[in-house]
Amino acid sequence: MTDIEFDNYEVVVGLEVHAQLLTLSKAYSSDAASYGASPNTLVSPVSLGLPGTLPVFNQKVLEFAVKLGIALQCDIRHENRFARKNYFYADLPKGYQITQDDTPICYNGFVTIKDEEGREKKINLERIHMEEDAGKSMHDQDPFDSLIDLNRAGVPLIEIVSKPELRSAKEAYNYLTEIRKIVRYLDICDGNMEEGSLRCDANISVRKKGDTSLGKKVEVKNMNSIRNVQRAIEFETKRQIQEIKNGQVIHQETRSFDALNGSTIPMRSKEMAHDYRYFTEPDLPPVFVNTDYIAKVKSSMPPLPSQLFLKYTQHLGLSDYDAAVITESKQDAMFFEQMLIHTQNVKAAANWMMVHIKSYLNELGISILDFPLQPKQIAEIIHAIDHGMISQTAGTQSIFPALINNPTSDVKQLAAQLDLLQQSDEDALSLLIDQVLSALPDDVARYRDGKKGLLGMFMGEVMKASKGKADPKITNQLLRNKLDLKP
Amino acid sequence: MQYRCLQQVRNDLFAGNITMEQLVADYLLRIQSQAHLHAFLEVFEHDAIEQARQLDRRIHNGENTGRLAGMVIGIKDNISIKNKAVTASSRILQGYQSIYHATAIERLLAEDAIIVGRLNCDEFAMGSSNENSSLGPTLNPIDERCVPGGSSGGSAAAVAANLCLAALGSDTGGSIRQPAAFCGVVGLKPTYGRISRYGLLAYGSSFDQIGPLTHTVEDAALLLEIMAGKDAKDATSSSRPVPSSTLASQPLPHSKFGVPLDVLNNPNLQPDVKKALDDVIEHLKSQGHTVQTVSFPYLDYLVPTYYILSTAEASSNLSRYDGIHYGYRSPHAQTLDEVYKKSRSEGFGKEVKRRIMLGTFVLSSGYYDAYYTKAQRVRRLIRNATLDIFQQVDFILQPTTPGTAFRFGQRSDDPVRMYLEDIFTVQANLAGVPAISVPYGMDTQNLPIGIQVMSNDFTEASLLQAASLLESFNV
Repeated sequence: MTDIEFDNYEVVVGLEVHAQLLTLSKAYSSDAASYGASPNTLVSPVSLGLPGTLPVFNQKVLEFAVKLGIALQCDIRHENRFARKNYFYADLPKGYQITQDDTPICYNGFVTIKDEEGREKKINLERIHMEEDAGKSMHDQDPFDSLIDLNRAGVPLIEIVSKPELRSAKEAYNYLTEIRKIVRYLDICDGNMEEGSLRCDANISVRKKGDTSLGKKVEVKNMNSIRNVQRAIEFETKRQIQEIKNGQVIHQETRSFDALNGSTIPMRSKEMAHDYRYFTEPDLPPVFVNTDYIAKVKSSMPPLPSQLFLKYTQHLGLSDYDAAVITESKQDAMFFEQMLIHTQNVKAAANWMMVHIKSYLNELGISILDFPLQPKQIAEIIHAIDHGMISQTAGTQSIFPALINNPTSDVKQLAAQLDLLQQSDEDALSLLIDQVLSALPDDVARYRDGKKGLLGMFMGEVMKASKGKADPKITNQLLRNKLDLKP
Repeated sequence: MQYRCLQQVRNDLFAGNITMEQLVADYLLRIQSQAHLHAFLEVFEHDAIEQARQLDRRIHNGENTGRLAGMVIGIKDNISIKNKAVTASSRILQGYQSIYHATAIERLLAEDAIIVGRLNCDEFAMGSSNENSSLGPTLNPIDERCVPGGSSGGSAAAVAANLCLAALGSDTGGSIRQPAAFCGVVGLKPTYGRISRYGLLAYGSSFDQIGPLTHTVEDAALLLEIMAGKDAKDATSSSRPVPSSTLASQPLPHSKFGVPLDVLNNPNLQPDVKKALDDVIEHLKSQGHTVQTVSFPYLDYLVPTYYILSTAEASSNLSRYDGIHYGYRSPHAQTLDEVYKKSRSEGFGKEVKRRIMLGTFVLSSGYYDAYYTKAQRVRRLIRNATLDIFQQVDFILQPTTPGTAFRFGQRSDDPVRMYLEDIFTVQANLAGVPAISVPYGMDTQNLPIGIQVMSNDFTEASLLQAASLLESFNV
């Protein structure tokens, strides 16, 4: 089959993203919600689902869901009910999951992404709702038995469901990247797909271009990175088109992604689909959200990447590219914001952020959170350069590494210690220049005869004589004055 | 000496006429001699004696003791007691021990009640005769050929036979009041949300309430006061202030009682029961209260609505008994699917399975709106109609049950007939309002008759006053 035949089809994708919330305790009980503890140590009678126990809603979950709803321009529901989703599974201790059915906390709303051509595209959301996680079954820890860890049981999740408006694997990639960025900015989820704190199921169908009705969708699960979501969609797109080309009919089913060979394999068909028998959770009264509450949450929210991008490009004069790089991660942006408190030189701050600091971090493979210097210290280096105290080279090549090695010292002190303070005293420089010029009478004569190109050579000699500390700007001026002065 | 109320016990106890240890030993002896009633599933002899001795020491030393010092109480086997088995009389919870106290239990213990054992009940509180206990039924101590009622049959029988001074039961559709009526004791179902459900093994979560079974209204009032009030562990528990139990002993101001016309005309109403109700009405009138008929048009819808909604909730509530985490696991299961199917098939009794099936059916797609959604709507109508009646009258007065205790086996083949046993009791659960059953006289076969009073949400104080008044009509 040729690419042209493929080109007659388009893929339609909707994503269901589960984000594990960074609350201290679980969604409906007081036991701790954290990752990596020994199995079955973060449990209580409630999260174990023991007979007679009852859920109590953790208000922090509501706050996090409302934050995300605000960030994604959603409408926030006033009256929220919880529902039970009933199914049997070994790591689901109650035999049902507490979730929301017909009253999701957030509805409408959208995520702005870049499409294949780099143009902005709105992906509308179906809903965002609050629910709880199940435990974990482990089938490879014991030769005879499957083991169950219930630490994760009851950990709060929010599920973000997009409308089927994604039209390529790349768009899905961009959408997920954006969602991850936003939940990290909001500090509601660590966004780690490998550890499963951010999970994604993809509903994928294909149709002839121009068709308005949707094809039969296939749900793909078990993709543990954003890249794998993209790969799964690429694979499914080809597979489904091929099937149709071969005269087959696509059946609604659930498939599992196999990361090793980048393919999907059948998990269960529609006939085997559960009837979850949703009904209102009788153990939890409805939760009401009023406008005061929403306003309060809104006022406590950190700036969002889109807001910062706008500020940097529209008000601070940074390029789109620079602004995009700096707002890529919240930590970077927050560091940058802190720098801006201490320096007016936005361009230099951006440059430090994107070049010097970045390459240091990349070299060590660490994040800005582990960077030993404070934003204020970088601003001080910028200040020292701008005021001619040290040269640009001394700042980046010497002071920066020296400060990293000794973060408690200050820039001025280091510059003095390392003998990097620039010579900007005009009398002293004047004397130095006189010495240099008097040692090169022939060159001075040739310069004065019109070989103006020799200025650079004189600069170099003065720099050498000053051991690199002469302020280039003042030196340049003084040199010109002296050379242009007829004897 | 057989005590009928806590005040008598405390009088003797604090006068030094009796020690707590003697009292407990006396109860234990009676439990043993009446073991054939099968009211208790487990007796905590050692713990109870030990607790009694400690209490005696504290009384002897003049230390402060709780308001329930002297109270020997039995607990229905669906309420969790730390480090004790709790099985809801079901095989599926074989071997399970609770690792925590129900909130009601915590509050009783904080006031120095002594828990003497676990009481038999219908499996998962599903039944009206105690015949659904997987461990065999309790006998009615008034007439051992008869059922004690259900599901809190063990609780009612134990109090009636003086095996303990009081008992806790749970009431989802009448499970406290109906056995109280059958055994001739007082049974109180508080307003939904009045007493924390934390630790009560759920059957129908939006109906379930824990409540006391006692000889006297006074003791029921005291136990209610102690167990009631907001519990952070139960989001449906109410933060309404809890009225003092002393209010119950104050005389009832002139009040209006409403008797539903459809109840009076109910063809299943036994003549002796009707007669008892008429007597009570005469007594009330003679004391200056008003009794009028009221109309409640949904009597025929009560039982179907109740059984759709309660079984829907039950089908979900009982999902956790899956053979994986605790309790019974079928030894014949090979695969995960078989663990579920076989453990549940072997672990649950017939009636419980029937209700799980019914509840699963009414929630399944395709039938959901026709049953579950509609029943929810009817429930709202029932609640509104009930509250409307309380705009006209202070209390609804009616028999607790259409008839008195029936014989074993008499109804067990006909589940619908058995369900209709709940016709007068489920209204309070569907509406969420409080209700109490007070014994009044005997029928011609010398079986006790229970009269029920219902009142508006959170008006237990006046409900208990009315109940005390009814109690005084027994001479």
